[in-house]
Amino acid sequence: MIPEIGHFALILALALALVQAVFPLAGSFTGSRTWMDMARPLAWGQFTFTLLAFAALTQAFLTDDFSVVYVATNSNSLMPQIYKVSAVWGAHEGSLLLWAMLLAAWGAAVAAFSRNLPLAVIARVLSVQGMIAIGFLLFMLLTSNPFARIFPVPAEGRDLNPLLQDFGLAIHPPMLYMGYVGFSVAFAFAIAALIGGRLDAAWARWSRPWTTVAWIFLTIGIALGSWWAYYELGWGGWWFWDPVENASLMPWLVGTALIHSLAVTEKRGAFKSWTVLLAISAFSLSLLGTFLVRSGVLTSVHAFATDPTRGTFILIFLCVVIGGSLALYAWRAPSVSTGGGFDLVSRESFLLANNLLLTLFAALVLFGTLAPLIYEAMAWGKISVGFPWFNKMFLAVMPFLALFMGIGHMARWKRDEPARLARQLWVAFALSLAVTALAFLPGISVGHATVPLGLGLAAWLILSHLTGLYDRLRHKRGLRGALADLVGNSRSYYGMLLAHLGVAVLIVGITMVSHFGIEKDVRMSPGSSQEVAGFRFQFEGAKSVNGPNYRAWRGRFLVYKGERQIATLEPEKRSYLTGGMPMTEAAILPGLTRDLYVSLGEPVDNKGDWALRLYYKPYVRWIWLGAIFMGLGGLLALSDRRYRTQRTRAADAVAAAAAGTARA
Amino acid sequence: MKARKKRLLFVVLGIAGVGAAAAMALSALRSNIAYFFSPSQVMAKEAPADHVFRLGGLVESGTLQRQPDGLTLTFLVTDNAEKVKVSYTGILPDLFSEGRGVVTKGKLGPDGVFYAEEVLAKHDEEYMPPEVAATLKPHADAAAALEAAQTPVGAAQVTAQ
Repeated sequence: MIPEIGHFALILALALALVQAVFPLAGSFTGSRTWMDMARPLAWGQFTFTLLAFAALTQAFLTDDFSVVYVATNSNSLMPQIYKVSAVWGAHEGSLLLWAMLLAAWGAAVAAFSRNLPLAVIARVLSVQGMIAIGFLLFMLLTSNPFARIFPVPAEGRDLNPLLQDFGLAIHPPMLYMGYVGFSVAFAFAIAALIGGRLDAAWARWSRPWTTVAWIFLTIGIALGSWWAYYELGWGGWWFWDPVENASLMPWLVGTALIHSLAVTEKRGAFKSWTVLLAISAFSLSLLGTFLVRSGVLTSVHAFATDPTRGTFILIFLCVVIGGSLALYAWRAPSVSTGGGFDLVSRESFLLANNLLLTLFAALVLFGTLAPLIYEAMAWGKISVGFPWFNKMFLAVMPFLALFMGIGHMARWKRDEPARLARQLWVAFALSLAVTALAFLPGISVGHATVPLGLGLAAWLILSHLTGLYDRLRHKRGLRGALADLVGNSRSYYGMLLAHLGVAVLIVGITMVSHFGIEKDVRMSPGSSQEVAGFRFQFEGAKSVNGPNYRAWRGRFLVYKGERQIATLEPEKRSYLTGGMPMTEAAILPGLTRDLYVSLGEPVDNKGDWALRLYYKPYVRWIWLGAIFMGLGGLLALSDRRYRTQRTRAADAVAAAAAGTARA
Repeated sequence: MKARKKRLLFVVLGIAGVGAAAAMALSALRSNIAYFFSPSQVMAKEAPADHVFRLGGLVESGTLQRQPDGLTLTFLVTDNAEKVKVSYTGILPDLFSEGRGVVTKGKLGPDGVFYAEEVLAKHDEEYMPPEVAATLKPHADAAAALEAAQTPVGAAQVTAQ
């Protein structure tokens, strides 16, 4: 009964979305207040019904209703309760439902927290959101109904993929989806502005906080995915340039460009058309990501079995969204005034450079991700693009980004004197050159120029931003003035500072772990030990243990630094009762400057010998720490006084949506 | 006039930058792509002898052997027509198993053995890497092998370091 209610709720949500897509938009042209006023209640209604559907599916999981195919294939009565909840979005149908539910949540948030916006704008924005919702709800109802029943009813479910029975998975997809779907708001604002023919500073100010919120979610979502892969897949990798990872990185890159370009549009009125194009691209890339994951066209770690009609549907939807919005852009954008001019040396120029580099890199990632499809379509053979290519592209583009980042924040709007900038920044520049030179010294360097490059750029970012901070505080009246500045007027400045320092931290992490990480695959007998990076791992053997829904081999390692024992690590090799699939559970000793990582391979013989992985991962935590800094920087910027009215509302909206997810 | 010149400068710089990036991307691509070959193609000497490529197919049941060093494994990869011996040193991904689909990346040795530096095995209940599914020869065992590959799971990937 309850699954049918869920199914029915989805159909109702679709009906509401259809009305929402048509009437408020039409009303905004005919000037009919009644029609425009329908937008908000419709958005609320859509959220209510998708949430109801989501709750119905969750209920089916919690009560082990195996008459629902989706539950039967992705759950099991032995599974711990928390994973029964996260299993709701563990596979295709449920994750689509989560997508649709979060989309409706964002729509409801826009409806609730934009009371000070003109009615026509809200009507158009929500209509665009309605159109997107139609696509997703239709997709779900026509090709991937999560509520389909099965008869005869299986006595037991097939269990959730063991890799996904983990805390990381419980929160990674919702965060990522909040980011993906969040860009739909930026997209809707851009399309609404194009439809209305009004692209101005006000439009940028309205969509800026929403874009920042989406960007924060995406940043944290990607970092969580990387962290999850690191500890859960058992081979210690934190980024693999897998098509699906790329699919989340591309909207992030373009989204990052977008929040910077929005800043220019809001403050200076420039870059309007470019900003709109970025907003369209960020969301289109989010959709493309969904297509890549769900269609199975690319070989990926994340690929799922798919039915071809699904891929076709998303492809058509993608074409309609991208084609439609670009056509609208081509039609409307030329009439947009170009806005404020600026000199070659100005903050605008540096932000433009940063935008171009970010989009260039996103384009390269897109090319590398789709190259196998292009080759196949041209009958040039079946290829895969290895991660060395992506690394090369990263190294060719991103250092310039870091270089300009260090200057841009100091430059003045509209026009600046190169001499003034040089005077301000030469000390920071000289010191970072010194760091670079120092990193070339034998004993520090490993013969790769990338180590000095990475550390030098990190130093440059930190020092130039500290210079900027010093310069700013010098003009405030003493300590009190400085503190007032921090807590009061310019949180967005401190947000920027924190996020940019996050980039420096990230660079240090990537540089260190890529060049000084040690990975050893070894064979060990009980009682023997191995030395990795000055740490001694003593293997005590492995014994069999029982978990709630799995059996496992649990290894025991004593880790020594010198003569002192610093930790006991117990990695597991699990075998889930339902599928009998093995699954590696690594044991990690985390630390700010290094992780020690042990995972079990396979037993080699009957005498207790094992093939094992022993890893030393210096500064790997800094990668995620950097992402956390960026996210916190975004939050700080969001709390700036300029947005105070919007801020409380947006934050509430997010909290409400998050609470909704948690409750459901 | 001045604004116009500036815009022209931006456009020229932009085009130059994009051109340079495209040139760099394409030239780097040439040395970093790995073509996919099936065991039949390898036996027909279609695969390059000196370049990294990917070999995929089903892991033939009963052929997985651990070498005396304890870390090197060998197995046969088949497309139900031809077989190629694969040697891999390191730890196999969790989801690797006999009778299932696999994609390996490495070089062909002069002894005809494929030395893999990376083994990729991933499946959910119906998932087969598309390249592998396409190359499997229609064969009596194929249906059975496909059946065997259909066990509920997700994915894992391993790189030999």
